[in-house]
Amino acid sequence: MEHAAQVVDPFIFRLSIFVLAVFVGYFVVWSVTPALHTPLMSVTNAISSVIVVGALLAGGVANVSSGSGWARAFGFVALIFACINIFGGFLVTQRMLAMYKKKSK
Amino acid sequence: MSANLSAFLYLVAGVLFILSLRGLSSPASSRQGNLFGMIGMAIAVATTLANHPPADGLAWVLVIVGIAIGAAIGAVIARRVPMTSMPELVAAFHSLVGMAAVLVAAGAFYAPEAFDIGTPGNIHPQSLVEMSLGVAIGALTFTGSVIAFLKLSARMSGAPIILPFRHVINVVLGILLVVFIVGLVLSGSAFDFWMIVILALALGVLMIIPIGGADMPVVISMLNSYSGWAAAGIGFTLGNSALIITGALVGSSGAILSYIMCHAMNRSFISVILGGFGGETAAAGGGTGEQKPAKLGSADDAAFIMKNASKVIIVPGYGMAVAQAQHALREMADILKKEGVEVKYAIHPVAGRMPGHMNVLLAEANVPYDEVFELEDINSEFAQADIAFVIGANDVTNPAAEEDKSSPIYGMPVLQVWKAGTVMFIKRSLASGYAGIDNPLFYRDNTMMLLGDAKKVTENIVKAM
Repeated sequence: MEHAAQVVDPFIFRLSIFVLAVFVGYFVVWSVTPALHTPLMSVTNAISSVIVVGALLAGGVANVSSGSGWARAFGFVALIFACINIFGGFLVTQRMLAMYKKKSK
Repeated sequence: MSANLSAFLYLVAGVLFILSLRGLSSPASSRQGNLFGMIGMAIAVATTLANHPPADGLAWVLVIVGIAIGAAIGAVIARRVPMTSMPELVAAFHSLVGMAAVLVAAGAFYAPEAFDIGTPGNIHPQSLVEMSLGVAIGALTFTGSVIAFLKLSARMSGAPIILPFRHVINVVLGILLVVFIVGLVLSGSAFDFWMIVILALALGVLMIIPIGGADMPVVISMLNSYSGWAAAGIGFTLGNSALIITGALVGSSGAILSYIMCHAMNRSFISVILGGFGGETAAAGGGTGEQKPAKLGSADDAAFIMKNASKVIIVPGYGMAVAQAQHALREMADILKKEGVEVKYAIHPVAGRMPGHMNVLLAEANVPYDEVFELEDINSEFAQADIAFVIGANDVTNPAAEEDKSSPIYGMPVLQVWKAGTVMFIKRSLASGYAGIDNPLFYRDNTMMLLGDAKKVTENIVKAM
């Protein structure tokens, strides 16, 4: 018996998370009211900018070679782009959602 | 911080993102949802900085300055952008996500140690596959969104640009893209990496230029979906569950919105992608019916009829937003409500330039959201309404979609305004609408045309009341 050798590749775990999240997304998004589809788009925009974690990794890499110099430069620009999206996306969503009011009676 | 703890915190961030979308199921819970999203983002950023702190002082400065610049630009844009420009803004944001995905992948390619995916020139083949998919989709999203932005903001004509042999060109580019992805995985060379970027950038342009202005709601939803898949691809490279979950959420969200928009226009997704809509139909539909007599009315007539009605359904279209008539419209509705008239708003899914756009524009004008109804919920009510007040909308009320099999919009779900006692149309002229199709409703006996600028006409009606 060689159970110890049968390690599941981390890729499979990631794939499982991905596939399940697609289904979660499917059901959650169908339950979004059509009146809020524009805020849905702006908020999905903001959250997809969690790609900022990659920008932080690249921008903060130890400066040991020309390669890491490039990585820093790419990371820095990506960081700016992602942060424009994060702040812009969440704030514009907040601004929109603040306008949705009920009948005042 | 241990790797397990940080992986757990990324999971928490991912769950908060799910809750932020869940909150949008009703306007009441939506603000809380947005807050969940912000908390999730803060957790993800803090976890990354704690787990992989920037290597030296300069790196910290870069990170802080980068965040500050992005935050300042983002905050200013969010505060200043007019609600009519939301489609352009969202397209521009999509392009940033796409470009960020390309840049992060480039960073990972040049400094793979920082991402635990190997050493320079010796990156794990599996990571290269994930990376190249993220890069290709990201680059395609970037240029596609830039073109969509230019078209939506009218910096570029909305008319489709049809290149000769465009399908052949796209297929060749697609094949080359696959060749270079295989090349990158086998060799790990920087040349292959940048060829993937360049090819995908070109493909993004070619994919969006043949799509006409009328199909932009689909395009913008589709690019939303792509930006999600690009993020998920990078999430696989980084092994980051927050990014994978978010990418999957955004990818399916955009796909569902594209489906809803296609359904609302009775178009198949494939035919939108192939493009060309909005060009040839305009030529076919223009200039036919304008000799027929239409009944013209004045603002005084409209005010008198509406005040004596018991139920009015307002059908706003993008023309209303262009004329900035929403505030005057709400004023008119307020007066009517005071007179005891029941007022409702009917929204077609493609009334604006993006999904849900018209709802935001009405909300901005202080129209309560419980007076605003979607097509399926209100279509049966037109028969009981005395007046359907159509302002700045045209194609979405066209009975040809149900009656005329030869019409290009036949089969498209439309608001059945013609079932109301009287239909009032506020329009600039009797010309055809955005899709370039003549509307037979203009010439019916129970239709009253109020020609002129939507805002001026509405203001005149308010004065006459």
